[in-house]
Amino acid sequence: MSPRPGIVLEVDRSTPATLFWHGEGFGLETLPVGSRVIYAPEPLAALKDPDAAIRHALEHPLGDSAPLSSLLRPGMRLTIAFDDVSLPLPPMRSPDVRQRVIEAVLDMAAAAGVDDVILIAALALHRRMTDDELRHALGSRIFDAFAPHGLLQQHDAEDPANLVHLGQTDEGEDVELNRRAAESDLLIYVNINLVAMDGGHKSVATGLASYKSLRHHHNVRTMRASRSFMDMHRSQLHTSNWRMGKLIADAGVKVFQIETTLNNDTFPAEVRFLQRREWEWSLRDRASFYAASRALARTPPEVARRIFHSVQAPHEMTSVQAGEVGAVHDRTLQQVHRQQLVEVKGQTDILTMGLPYICPYNVNSIMNPILVACLGLGYFFNLYRNKPLVREGGVVIMSHPTPWAFNPVHHPSYIDFFEQVLAETTDMLEVESKYEAAFATDPWYIHLYRTSYAYHGVHPFYMWYWCAHALEHVGKVIVVGGDRAAVRRLGFAPASTLADALEMASDVVGRDPTITHMHAPPLMLADVQ
Amino acid sequence: MKALVFERSLPRFAASRVASALAGTGHGVGVGPLELREVDPPVLPGSDWVRLRPRLAGICGSDIATLDGRSSRYFEHIVSFPFVPGHEIVADVLGGDLDGCRVVVEPVLGCEARGIREFCAACREGRKGSCERIAFGSLAPGLQTGYCADTGGGWSMSLVAHLSQLHEVPVDLTDEAAVMVEPAACAVHASCSAGIESGASVLVLGAGTLGLCTVAALRAFCRPGTLVAVAKHPDQRRLARDLGADQVVGPGEVMRAARRLSGSLALSRPHDTGQIERLAGGVDVVLDCVGSPESLEQSLAVTRPGGQIVLVGMPGPVRLDLAPLWQREITLRGAYAYGVERRPEGPRPTFELAFELVRVARLERLVSARYPLERFEEAVAHAASAGRRASVKVVFDLSLKGAAARPDQAHAGGREEEPTK
Repeated sequence: MSPRPGIVLEVDRSTPATLFWHGEGFGLETLPVGSRVIYAPEPLAALKDPDAAIRHALEHPLGDSAPLSSLLRPGMRLTIAFDDVSLPLPPMRSPDVRQRVIEAVLDMAAAAGVDDVILIAALALHRRMTDDELRHALGSRIFDAFAPHGLLQQHDAEDPANLVHLGQTDEGEDVELNRRAAESDLLIYVNINLVAMDGGHKSVATGLASYKSLRHHHNVRTMRASRSFMDMHRSQLHTSNWRMGKLIADAGVKVFQIETTLNNDTFPAEVRFLQRREWEWSLRDRASFYAASRALARTPPEVARRIFHSVQAPHEMTSVQAGEVGAVHDRTLQQVHRQQLVEVKGQTDILTMGLPYICPYNVNSIMNPILVACLGLGYFFNLYRNKPLVREGGVVIMSHPTPWAFNPVHHPSYIDFFEQVLAETTDMLEVESKYEAAFATDPWYIHLYRTSYAYHGVHPFYMWYWCAHALEHVGKVIVVGGDRAAVRRLGFAPASTLADALEMASDVVGRDPTITHMHAPPLMLADVQ
Repeated sequence: MKALVFERSLPRFAASRVASALAGTGHGVGVGPLELREVDPPVLPGSDWVRLRPRLAGICGSDIATLDGRSSRYFEHIVSFPFVPGHEIVADVLGGDLDGCRVVVEPVLGCEARGIREFCAACREGRKGSCERIAFGSLAPGLQTGYCADTGGGWSMSLVAHLSQLHEVPVDLTDEAAVMVEPAACAVHASCSAGIESGASVLVLGAGTLGLCTVAALRAFCRPGTLVAVAKHPDQRRLARDLGADQVVGPGEVMRAARRLSGSLALSRPHDTGQIERLAGGVDVVLDCVGSPESLEQSLAVTRPGGQIVLVGMPGPVRLDLAPLWQREITLRGAYAYGVERRPEGPRPTFELAFELVRVARLERLVSARYPLERFEEAVAHAASAGRRASVKVVFDLSLKGAAARPDQAHAGGREEEPTK
């Protein structure tokens, strides 16, 4: 039976209560009659033989690329870069798709007599991966073969000796890349395309770049002009990355792109109710929900966090394509759309969303308030094509505990950003002009980024900019059940319950608003007509 | 006349110390050595002295420490009992050529006030706060009016002052503004004597009266590169910003703020956890307007090697690890009272600058509540918890009688609300 497409349900009197995520927990909320609930399509069928599909993709590349085996030769310098710990979400069960792809590539490289191979985690300005995380992503065979010999590296955007400036685009954007990657005879990039924003030229131009490069597209102006950054044809973020991709190619860097897509089978069987439609919950689903929600209500947040972060998704690969970047990415996007696209008729006055415990930047970590804002207003708000789900001047209601809590190892500059910068101003342009440079060049943040497991000093700024389009668009943001001080520090309004939030929203959108709820995860992409 | 009199009484001193330790600062007054009494007005010590009738008299942090029994025994030889506290005074002159004049008292009792013909070196230079003769001359020992048995103090209906102590209050300056001149002068002296270089990073610990006045003084008379105030309560935060702080942080954010401001590396154990236990660098200058062991320890933790800590708030006995002071070659200096400040335009009396500061920074807004002498226990308790009660300066209003007490200023109460979208 083929998976069912996504749907937009209109709530009536017989509609059961709707599941809302709330960080490391969830609950059921009764939405007003007439509200809409958007459900993602059901998980697509997995590739029957993913390893065969990978080998086929490598030997039948898209675009003007030659088969991979013909690009490999003895004596060449081969670099394989791969997406970091921010993908996929939640982390997938072993074997991770990166392991499958890189094992296939390495087998071909070995067969061709290539012995100068380096693997690089394409961190951009993200934190370094731990050995356990690398081992999980690549598998023990690769990890044990490469890591002990220094052949498994993590991109260091603050190592001047290992960066090379390739030039400027015709828009004056600096392109500074990882030297080893740029100076290799062949750079293979292994991607996981979880959402439409990922992949394409963004993989190399962002993942292997320095702050000097990234600042050209990770800024307020670009984010406000990306409508949305899940739609590359209307995204300045992507336009900039594509210009950089062209410059990278013109500079002679030969990139062989391998992109993969996953289905949205997000949660293991024990908690499968989390991705089922509520009216289809079985007795077992209901029992699981009540048992889990009651247990979580009694569980300290840090314990609940550990439990949730141990969840591994049963994601399966739905496609793999390789070759020339543009052609590969076009095919990838088709697959992402096939899994995530939901047609939605018209915008809404109020958009509600239950935010889960994880986003790309808090794997094995705390979802701090800035990341809450980023997940809601950066990611979920931007999960649209054509028009935002919420109308201009409308209200976004997010449900999340939004604790005033930070992981000091992963997010040291976030603490200062939240305590010091947002205490002064939440204005995007003022934040950018007044504080960004100091954080980006702060020697302690750089030291922690390079030697510990810290996100780069500038990273909280990027997460804040990620909200720029939403904050320019909406009239009010309300957080249900959040730490009131933390929510206020973000510039949002706290509410105790969804009913209170809807009441507060009426000040902006009137007494009879249209309401739409994004039932995510699993992730979706709203095609708003 | 009525006066609040502080007697030498070791049992009551001990009782106030215990009570304040148990019930909180400011709550030891009822069992302590301070009493409201009918006493004879002080005698004029000489022809160049005048009698004053106080209008307003402030309650200072040093007063509270004394009433709590927390003040240092160091002062035993430079005060005389019984004394009437109160050294932040705006008063009317009674009699003589200045009869009817409204004045602020410069309370230090230096060589001139003490009738000492041959001034000490400090007094010769106008540095009255550093007078070496505060226990000598024609007066009983006492470093200031308010700690001397012969002069009386502001917490009464009458005191005496030497003509050299008087500063006439301009007609357009309110009593509330005038009563702020003395604490403002302390802040001016602390700021100007620190030798803060232009562009220096400066951190002010504490946002009570002294801390807020210091923020204002630094903004008015120095050129700090970045001025960070540490404030605990919402109204203090707002006032610190209004008075010129570039940034205001909470007490728990000081280390991170100092690190970011200075671009310093930080040390933690185990290494590189993102927690900060110690800074490798720090800010150029810290003005500690609290004077507690904790604030001093914090000051040492956030001052850069070769930097300076200015102790503005009155300290007591402190047990402190001075290893960072030694290893980082930090200068620790006190800033007490006032005298003459070196300014680009030439030497200027601190009080003259303080009058300017009060006017330009509108420091009268810091006066938050007035009490009659009869309600001194409440007044002191209020002053001791001023920040928590959205207040700053609590004063005795000598025109009030009995139960009357007046909250001043619109800023009393209120909570910090951040704008929301």
